[in-house]
Amino acid sequence: MTGEPPADVSVAVDGVSKTFRLPHEQVHTLKERALHPFRKREIEELRALQDVSVDIKSGEFFGIVGRNGSGKTTLMKCLAGIYQTDSGEIWLRGRMAPFIELGVGFNPDLTARDNVLINAIMLGLSPTQARERYDDIIEFAELGRFVDLKLKNYSSGMQVRLAFAVMVHVDADLLLIDEVLAVGDGAFQRKCHDALVRARDEGRTILLVTHDMNAVQRYCHRAMLLDSGRVAAIGDPHMVARRYDEVNRAIYGTPVAAVGPGAGDGAAAISDAWIEDEDGKRVDTITQGRSCRMCMTVQFRAAVEDPLFGFSLTDERQRVVLSINSGRTHSRSGSFGSGDRARIAVAFDCVLADGNYFISPEVRHRDQERRLIDHRDNAATFVVSGGKPVAGILDLPHDVQIVRAEERAAAG
Amino acid sequence: MSTSAAAAYRVAGPRAISGDWSRFWHLTLTLAYTDWKLRFFGSVLGYVWSLLRPLMLFGILYFVFSLIVRIGDRVEHYPLVLLVGIVLFSYFGEVTSDCVQCVVDREQLVRKVTFPRMVVPLSVALSGSFSLVLNLVAVAVFVGASGVDPRLTWLLLPIPLLLLVALAAGVGMLVSALYVPFRDVRPIWDVVLQGLFYATPIFFPIQFVIGQGHVLTKLVLLNPLAVIIVDSRHYLLGPEAPSAATAAGSDLWLVLPAAVLVAAVAVGFGVFNRLAPRVAEDL
Repeated sequence: MTGEPPADVSVAVDGVSKTFRLPHEQVHTLKERALHPFRKREIEELRALQDVSVDIKSGEFFGIVGRNGSGKTTLMKCLAGIYQTDSGEIWLRGRMAPFIELGVGFNPDLTARDNVLINAIMLGLSPTQARERYDDIIEFAELGRFVDLKLKNYSSGMQVRLAFAVMVHVDADLLLIDEVLAVGDGAFQRKCHDALVRARDEGRTILLVTHDMNAVQRYCHRAMLLDSGRVAAIGDPHMVARRYDEVNRAIYGTPVAAVGPGAGDGAAAISDAWIEDEDGKRVDTITQGRSCRMCMTVQFRAAVEDPLFGFSLTDERQRVVLSINSGRTHSRSGSFGSGDRARIAVAFDCVLADGNYFISPEVRHRDQERRLIDHRDNAATFVVSGGKPVAGILDLPHDVQIVRAEERAAAG
Repeated sequence: MSTSAAAAYRVAGPRAISGDWSRFWHLTLTLAYTDWKLRFFGSVLGYVWSLLRPLMLFGILYFVFSLIVRIGDRVEHYPLVLLVGIVLFSYFGEVTSDCVQCVVDREQLVRKVTFPRMVVPLSVALSGSFSLVLNLVAVAVFVGASGVDPRLTWLLLPIPLLLLVALAAGVGMLVSALYVPFRDVRPIWDVVLQGLFYATPIFFPIQFVIGQGHVLTKLVLLNPLAVIIVDSRHYLLGPEAPSAATAAGSDLWLVLPAAVLVAAVAVGFGVFNRLAPRVAEDL
């Protein structure tokens, strides 16, 4: 494609590549240049984006996912016009408001009031419009009491709130949003979600970079997976979320050997770790509410008396959901000799909220210091899906009761 | 919200200037204004400082050159000659000095939002102009107090002033763009400004440089800043402060400082324009 994109396309990216040249030592002074004029500077080329093409239609809510360093933010910066692309074309339709690296470029020495006005003008409002929207922006950010405080006295959460508030109030047709859902307190996150849904319903085009696969599956019409600067998948958000998990698993997941030797004394090695459903079948995905088991196999290389087998289950934000070891349930686990194998399974009802989870198994001596025998970080990973949307880590079994107060009084 | 009606446009990456002039102007003005407010934030006297600073320098130089070195005795209206020199040179010195780090200091903005990059040095020049206007009011008060007769050439004063703003903005663009890859610009520029202070007729009137048409006078007048200051004095005070052309001994000589000025602005603009697209990556 060369030239203007079709009328219903609001973002057209065609064959965009971007390479960063990273000198191993940044030459920042003339002296270094003058003293070593012919020394070849060692330059490493970082190919941040390689031949990326995608068309995003007007009114589409489009997710961009990928591991850290996969090129998501570089792509956003190219779209926002902050970086110049090396090759390829980018076409936009309508006014664009970027929200990149959690900010819109505030000056820490200015008050919130000045920053809001500057940024609203930066993002395309006239000074008059900026002053008109000012009250709405402050109200949205819930910072009315602090408007005359210099921004450097704000907490990082307050700054993000203000930045996000500016971005959603400048009436842009096209929102580029990089990682807003990971910050702020629960109440503000809900506000962000509401604002995004409202913007989507108003027909604005939204590009959202996130690591939150729930958000991708819940909001996005389509999504794209970037891997090492290339497009690895474009399409249905559920498919893209699955592919994202596969990419992550290629790094963290089975086979356990790939994770490398453990950190312990090596009297035994964890040779495998996985999750299985109630029928004992290895799976990647668990349906919320079903029973499942996390398992490991251990290969002993020396005699170990009553080892402790443990699992730690963490969610995608590295919060520990469950950390257990066999010492709590088994006062003795048995004696194992060199060449023995053991299989350990922990069954639980999956009340986890939708999302990605990681299993880190470990084996320890049952002595005073509980010396480590082997530990494998994130040896297995799985996805929980199909549940009710829960704001939280768990969908705890619960029972809601509503009792009218006067009836109780009458009954009493 | 109808996006289908909007025209498509190609994203070409950051530029020094872009086509939307009203946005360009709003941005420059807003940044200049907040910059100016910030400059004196937290000081008790606030904006008064932008006035007091050149006046204090004036006090020192007046003390030295009127009472100790006694240049002032031989010059009509020496206080005004001195004050005009200080106010105009201070503007140039402050704007270019503030410009050196202006792009790097606005890293937050440059890395997160796209906007015509030229706005940054221009807003510094504009913000300095607010102070310049205040200082010119002080000069006007001095003029009134020293009983100089009004003359028609006062109407010509905006010409050297506008040239001064253009020169400061052009040099400002140059140093701000060069500072991004070469941090040496800071110490170098500090020394250059010191040198310029003595090479420019600030505390001495131009007729004190040996004599009219002398080669040294001509050399001093290669500096457009010198011509601007000398001619401002001439327009203000009349024949007792000779014009740059008179001092150089020929009108034609002035083509050279004019060329230097045009070259400074052109090079400043050209270098900034060339480096602007990559500034966000090189910060």
